[in-house]
This record gives sequence, structure tokens and C-alpha cells, in this order.
Amino acid sequence: MTTPVMLGAIRRLMTITLDGREVRVPEGYTILEALHAAGDATQADTPTLCWAPNLNPVNACRVCVVELEGSRVLVPSCARKVENGMQVRTNTERVRHSRRMVLELLASSVDLSQAGDDVQRWMASYGVDPQRYGPPANVAGDRDRRHAGHHHHPDGSTAETVAQPIKIDNELYVRDYSRCIMCYKCVKACGTDAQFTFAITAAGRGFDTRIATEYNVELPDSACVYCGNCIGVCPTGALKSVREHELRESGQWDPAAETITTTICSFCGVGCNLELHVQHAQIVNVTSPSDHSVTHGHLCIKGRFGFQHVQNLPDQA
Amino acid sequence: MDLRLSSAEPTAAERNAVDNAVSRMLGAPSDSQPFLDAGHNARGRRHLLLPALHAVSDAVGWISPGALNHIARRLSVPAAEVYGVATFYALFSTEPRAPRVVHVCDDIVCSAAGSEAIATALAAEDVCWLSSPCLGLCERAPAVLHQRAGEPDFSQAPASAAAVLAATDASRADQVFADPRVSAPQAGQAGLRLLRRVGVVDPTSLDDYRAHGGYSALRRAIQLGPSRVIEEVRDSGLTGRGGAAFPTGVKWDGVATAPQRPHYLICNADESEPGTFKDRVLMELDPFGLIEAMTIAGYATGCELGYLYIRGEYPLATRRLQAAIEAAYRRGYLGPDVMGEGFAFDIELRRGAGAYICGEETALLNSIEGYRGEPRNKPPFPSVSGLFGKPTVINNVETLYNVLEILQIGGPGFAEIGAGRSTGTKLFCVSGAIAVPGVYEVAFGATLRELLELAGGVTGQLRAVLLGGAAGGFVLPSQLDTPLTLEGTRDIGATLGSGVVLVLDTAADIPAVLRRIAAFFRDESCGQCVPCRVGTVRQEEALARLTRGAPRGSWETELALLSDLARVMQDASICGLGHTAPAAVQSAIALGLLAVTPDPSRNGSTSGKVRP
Repeated sequence: MTTPVMLGAIRRLMTITLDGREVRVPEGYTILEALHAAGDATQADTPTLCWAPNLNPVNACRVCVVELEGSRVLVPSCARKVENGMQVRTNTERVRHSRRMVLELLASSVDLSQAGDDVQRWMASYGVDPQRYGPPANVAGDRDRRHAGHHHHPDGSTAETVAQPIKIDNELYVRDYSRCIMCYKCVKACGTDAQFTFAITAAGRGFDTRIATEYNVELPDSACVYCGNCIGVCPTGALKSVREHELRESGQWDPAAETITTTICSFCGVGCNLELHVQHAQIVNVTSPSDHSVTHGHLCIKGRFGFQHVQNLPDQA
Repeated sequence: MDLRLSSAEPTAAERNAVDNAVSRMLGAPSDSQPFLDAGHNARGRRHLLLPALHAVSDAVGWISPGALNHIARRLSVPAAEVYGVATFYALFSTEPRAPRVVHVCDDIVCSAAGSEAIATALAAEDVCWLSSPCLGLCERAPAVLHQRAGEPDFSQAPASAAAVLAATDASRADQVFADPRVSAPQAGQAGLRLLRRVGVVDPTSLDDYRAHGGYSALRRAIQLGPSRVIEEVRDSGLTGRGGAAFPTGVKWDGVATAPQRPHYLICNADESEPGTFKDRVLMELDPFGLIEAMTIAGYATGCELGYLYIRGEYPLATRRLQAAIEAAYRRGYLGPDVMGEGFAFDIELRRGAGAYICGEETALLNSIEGYRGEPRNKPPFPSVSGLFGKPTVINNVETLYNVLEILQIGGPGFAEIGAGRSTGTKLFCVSGAIAVPGVYEVAFGATLRELLELAGGVTGQLRAVLLGGAAGGFVLPSQLDTPLTLEGTRDIGATLGSGVVLVLDTAADIPAVLRRIAAFFRDESCGQCVPCRVGTVRQEEALARLTRGAPRGSWETELALLSDLARVMQDASICGLGHTAPAAVQSAIALGLLAVTPDPSRNGSTSGKVRP
């Protein structure tokens, strides 16, 4: 079978040094892309949280920092473009310290238990110890209403967290912001990087920043169109389908049993690739590959949630 | 993008406030722009978001859902994004609030001067009050800011509970600021450069400004031409006075030679570093000087539009500058043909709304553009890609006043003042335990001891000086002979920063000072990057444990934890706020200023683990 070959713009090659080893990568690459393309296994395993292959670099989590010769501070590899002669170091004590601390600060303030396997592995390998900041503080019911520039002064006996009540206000997805690391990916996917709906935003300031609709109205009253692209990019399980949430709550969530079937969405003629995530003969989630030329990983409400008709199963109740 | 808005409608007052603000800044439809509400015109007005929010807040005291919808509709900005911006700023409320709010400064100097008593009294009288970080009135502590719906805001300092309750209106309150010698004790003395006209000139009169040498620097600049002006600035060795000390000539040259057009000028007047008030004093008492200096900067770097971004908590300076800009327009010192010399320059005044981070230059860019004041990743630097993606020169207020002096005496002459690489004179904001607090101008190279003597000497027994503000560090009495230069302070591990000299005597509670600083950074972090967003919280918690003598583990494990936090904030934060958030705490630890009496009841025993 012949497949069309996409010829991008022809780009010059840049010579950079990764931990003392010279490599050549195309101009316009970020350091992270260079690490992925030309790095060894350890370099390619640079931790990332707010980065996604199908979004513009958000540059907020700072877990992917590397040391750059001539730079006073560490630089985010996800956002920094390569330049000829750059000397990058990825495994110095300074880099490891910052990565450990970023993961540790997040783990001490956010529920990361549903973050992916990579995150669990990085936390173990960087030696994260979230307990040293003290026992986590109780669930706070007021996070949506906190005013910029004001906070209750802590006595330090507990470590403040983002723990808060879960938001379930529609039939398609839940928002569990106790798990939110403020990576901004959902805001980008809802806005300028995919959907151009702008239903959600970062509101508030500092540690009290949260993802919100205007005046925290429920999703059905917001501009949300339920494309679910925010779910598609969430790295920590803060946003998930109601179906996944219910299965997890009832103890029936079984990722070990999950299979993935690739198909093409039948709703319209665009031709979006779908990946059906199936557990125990039931579709539990639908995603699209981020490198698919049609979707870039993003779908609409029909592709992502309109799968009930193919199951056609007898009522299990 | 289609806007999807709720059914909430604005009241007539809210609608008028927004419409007036928007149409005043957009102008009327013209032949070149016949359709103001369509296409690029509609999408290109997001930069009016902050002025529109101010208009509503000024009119009714809070941002209601109906007002927010109207702003969203007029500016083609999604409602959620308007909400995200409104909730970023401390001066805006998205919940109903009393029409009169008193912001009581509880920062280091004001709390030592009795701000808590004011707050207690206001609470007892059922007045709506909020605590505020430094209001930039430290020479008159304690200070409050009255924020009022439907009438002008005003500051009151020194304030007392009785005076705050009796406060009537802005015009009367402003009279308290009539005597310039309270803010600038040197006012009227011979030999001053930056403060030359302060207290001498009538800040409301363009004629008086001209009678005191005003606009001679601009004439000189026009004689020289743009490239020679930049040459003079480069020869002068002038460095930025906002804290980063970047060479101004290099910055100007970068923008002047940038091929992309248009170029923008921004004057960063968002002075918010706790303990800093020098820019406020300059702007209140010599506003035309800033207008002239901005015009020169715009002329030299090829900008036709300059934004003056002033701190929202500076109502008097805002009034003075607004009046000065209008007067300069009327007399042809601003506009399409400045002084008949064939170049155009306009100034737009933009007010901040209570966000320290907006003094960071890239956060300031986002704030002007109508986004949340979150710093951008650098590179690209603003001189390459700044406001609206165009080459932008951003200068601090004091830096720009220096340009007037450079054009008077020439770059080389300016370079002879000062010491070494630190050329010219510098304004210092002396406050705290000092006989005569205020803004002082001294040549670079004067020692800290000389500066304190100039300000009448320390009251009480000197314990330490906080140099450079919350983002700076401490200096001990044994270090008073340090020359106040960039190099001299660096040699002792300190920084001049924005010129804060906050004097602490032995009565000062230094652990409490540190906790206030930690709380300040926790409040003012924008929340974008993890090291700063969570690191400032953990730093405040660890300090709270230490200062009440209840460390987790031992004193040493807490210090190690603070050091770990400091390193990640310094190394991995996006911007200067995160980089400097642990500076004062680490400085205090290094100098042994954090020793507190441990409370044995907290830990069960003192077991030798807690430092005595």
C-alpha cells in the first residue's frame, strides 16, 4: 500500500550537546523534542506533567527543567527551542533536586493517586517524600470563593492541600479538583489549542488558583459543549467520564482488563480515529490518538460519548 | 468563537460605565474603521478588559454577572475568561460588596505603626475593611486606602481609627499630602537631580513645570536625534532602577533597531515592592517630568504609543498624571505632532488592580493585553516580542527620570556621578525605625551609615536593615559601611533591589517580619508554576512552625526543608517573584536573625534538638 508522505518545511539541523554527547536535531525543536528524538532512554524519559504532544507548551509545572550552560536558572525543556551550540545537562544534582521538589510539592498538596503510571514511577525514582510537610489539611469547602491577596494564616501543623468536594453537575463528566495540579491543559484544550469554546478558565490567584467557569456556574449553565477534550488531556484523573467515575467508585474499575480497539467514528464524514477502551465487554472511554492527522487527539461530544448504541447490551440490572 | 452568555443583564449604571470606558478608549467610527463591532476590530479590543472592569468596579463596587456579560459582549471576550481576569486582582470583587471599602495596610512598617488598632476599630464600627499588603506610603505609616463606588478613591496616611471613620472625600484627603517635605525631606535643597523639582514645582501646572526647566531635555533630545540620544544613555551607564539593573541603553538600542513595527513603550509604575514609595513620590510631585521622559524614550526608540501602567493603589498619583497627560495634549507636548517637531507620541494611562506580580515586565504585558497577569516564559524577551507581540521597551519610573538628567549633563557627565559601574544618583525609600523617613537621593557609593544619618539616624538600637524589600535581604549593624552600589551590596550577599531601606530596631519582631514576607509572597504568587505556587505555601507553613517553636522533627530538618524550597524556587520558577520569594528568609537564616525562643510545651521536650 502506498501512503502519502507529508513533507514538512525543510529545516536546518542544529547541533546541541545532551549531557556531553553531541546530537543534531531540526531547527525549531524544543529541548524536550530533542531529548525524545535523540536522547538515550533516560534522557527521553524526562518527566512532564503540563506538556502534551497535541498542545502548545504550557510551561507551568516545571518538572521537565534542565540545566543549560550560560543560564542562571534552570530552563523548561518543553518550551525552550534549541539553538546551535546549546549545552544541556539533564542529570545533575540541581536538575534532580528541582524535579524531586516539584513532584513532592504536588504530591503534598494534590491527590495524585490516579495520575498515570509514569508519574508514580517518577515519584519513586526521584525519591519524593510528601509526608515531610506534615499531615494534609482537611477538605476545604471554600476554595471557589477565595479572594486574591487574602488567605488564612497557617500555624503549620498541617500541610494545606487543594482537597475539596467533587463536582458532579452533568451526565457526562465529573470534575474532581482535589486531583488538579493546575497544568492548564484543560483550559488550553477548551480554548485556543483545540475547541475554541472557552468554557473554563484559571480563576483566583496563587495557591488558590482553580479551574472555574464564570462565577463557578455548573457546566450546563456554562459555555461547555461537552466535547470532553479537557478529559482527554487531564493527566491526573481530575476530569473523567461519569462512567469511569462510577466504575471506580463501585470498585469495578479494572484497567488491567482493558483492551483498546481502533476504529473510525461513524457519526459524520470527517473521519476521526477512535480508540475504544473496553473493560469486560463494555466501552468505558473513547479517545483519539494525539498523532492522528485529523483529530490531533481531540474529539466532539458524539465521538467521545455517543457510543451507547454500539453496545446494545441487555440491561444488566 | 461564539459567546455563550447567561441571561444576566447589566443595570443601567453598569451598562453606562462599560460603554463610556470602551467608547472613550476606542474613539468613534471613522472612514478607516467604519465597523467597530465586527471582524478584527471586535476581536482586537481585549486590551480594554482591565479598564472596563475598573469602570464597573468604580461605579458600583463589584463585578456582577450582568456587568460581566456586558463586558464580554462589548469586548468579544468569553465570560469565563473575564471572570478569570477579574478574580486575579485583589481590588476587584466578584461578590456583592459594600460600596465603601477601607484597605488597611498591615505590612511591616504599618503594622509596627499601629495598623491593627485601626482594623480593630473599623471592625467594631461595622465598616467594610480588608487587610492590604504595603500601600507604598511607608513614610507616613500607618496607611489606608479608601476604595469607593461612585466617587474617587483616596489614600489616608498617617491614618488613625478616628480619621478613617471621619474621612469625607478625595479632595479633602489629598490636602494631607500638600507638604512635600514629609515624603521627600530633601525637597528644595540644592544639588538634587532626580528630586530637583520635587516640592519646588506646582505638580498641576505645565507652565510652572516649564519655568523650572521642563521640556528642555526633550528639546535637547530632538536636537540630538534618536540615535544620539541612545548613545548618550549608553554612555551614561544608566541601569534599570526597578530592581534588575539592566543597562537602559542596551534595552533602548534593541528596540530602536528592531525591524518589526510598531514599537511600544511601557513605563512600569506598578511599584509594589513592600517598603517602596519612591516612584509614587516622583509621580505625585513632578508628574510632568515622567511625561517628558516617556516622550524622550518614545522618540529615541521609535514608539508612537506609550503605556503608563500605574499601581491601582496610587489614586493621587493617578489623578496628577491623568491631569498632566491631558495638559500636555492640550499644549501639543503629546499628540500627532509633538512640539511641532514632526513626530507623534501618545500616552495611555492604565491602572493596575492590586497584583504585585504585574510589576514583573511580562506579567505587566499580559495585564495590559487583558489577560491574567501571569508572567511569560522568556525568551523571547520584550525587546523582541513584547506588547501585542511587538518590540517593547519597558522602563521603571525612576529610570526614566534619570534620562532627563542625562540629557541635561550628557552621558559621560552622568557616568562620572556615582561609583564604578553604578552611575548616577539613586533614590532610597527609608522607613521603619528612623527619625525622618522618606525618599532620599544620594549618589551611588554613599554608605548605608551615611544614608541613615541623612535620615536623622536610627530611633532605638539598630537590629538590622531590610535592604531591597521583601525580595531583598537583611544587613547587620556591622555591615553599615557597605557602599550602596550594585557591586558593594552584591559583595555582602545583599541587593539594592528597588531601593528599600527598612530599618528594624531591637524592638522589632524579626520572626514576625519574616512571616509577613512569607505571607506576602504566598498571596502575590500568580499561581502559574508549581515551585512558587506551592513553595510559597510550604515556606510560610515551615516558618509558622519555627516561629512558634514547634518544628516538625528538629530545627535542622526545618532549615533543610526551607533550603530545599528556596533552591527549587530560585532554580525552577518562571519569573523573578519565585526566584526572590525565599531571599529574605534565607538571608535571615544565614545571618542568625531567625533565632526564636522555643516553646518547650509544643514538642514534648526540648531534648537538645531545638536550638536555644
